[in-house]
Amino acid sequence: MFSTPKMSILIAVLILWGPTEASADERYKPIKDEVVSKECGACHMAFQPQMLPKRSWVKIMDELPNHFGEDASLDKATSERIKKYLVSNAADAGWLGGKFMRGIKDDMTPLRITEAPYWIREHNDEVPSRAWSDPKVKTKANCLACHPRATRGNYDDD
Amino acid sequence: MKNLSHLIQQAALLCCLVIVLSISANAASPQSILGGYEAEAKIQDQHFQEFSAKRGQLLFQSTNTTGKPETPSCTTCHSKDPSSAGRTRAEKEISPMALSRSPQRYNDLKKVEKWFRRNCKSVLGRVCSPLEKGDFITFMINQ
Repeated sequence: MFSTPKMSILIAVLILWGPTEASADERYKPIKDEVVSKECGACHMAFQPQMLPKRSWVKIMDELPNHFGEDASLDKATSERIKKYLVSNAADAGWLGGKFMRGIKDDMTPLRITEAPYWIREHNDEVPSRAWSDPKVKTKANCLACHPRATRGNYDDD
Repeated sequence: MKNLSHLIQQAALLCCLVIVLSISANAASPQSILGGYEAEAKIQDQHFQEFSAKRGQLLFQSTNTTGKPETPSCTTCHSKDPSSAGRTRAEKEISPMALSRSPQRYNDLKKVEKWFRRNCKSVLGRVCSPLEKGDFITFMINQ
């Protein structure tokens, strides 16, 4: 049955496609909405919405006046627009949950990406604890310190 | 032919005028923003005389306990020297506050108001008065 031309094409496609998928493992869709990039990127890197569930983004956007110890309030129209974008691109926005949904139980609403079980697993195995106190890193919110292409959604670097 | 080139010239001039007018409609200058705060300050206090760079400096450098504990002072993120770049708590660089170092600052009232609203709440735990805003900008445009 593998001798049919259709089958060999399929096998060829799978062989070629497989490795590309594997090397592009830690890629996330870059943020396309300018307002989202600008407002979310004013104080920290604008994190890709695929890294938290919908309910987390709703809570974060509803609590902007106390955003991790700072007032990050926005006018209603702007915050609603941003919330809509974040929710429709969240980790659980597709019918197949994104990998950031792994280990997140139904009653969990993580507010920090660094609290998501997937993030913790990916970093615990590879990053020694002294790296976090490096003066160039300082905070776990500083993705760009180790992932220089993070803004474009590329976290492949190890 | 002559008529046509004249027409094109006029149309081009008109286009330039429209562009210039629409830009100036959105943009403000530090002076016009200060003028707005001055008018508000006079309503709040009949004895208001003028903004003070010295008071603005004291506000910028003050340490407070009424705001969020993470940000007791403007200098927590903006650094003590207005001519130097600052850093947010998430390690993003903030361009210097001094107008001489960051000429793009204090040109957009909406933006200025947004950051006073947020940062006065974070640092002082309350909104800033028109007097405080005017003093702050007066200090920064003289730096």
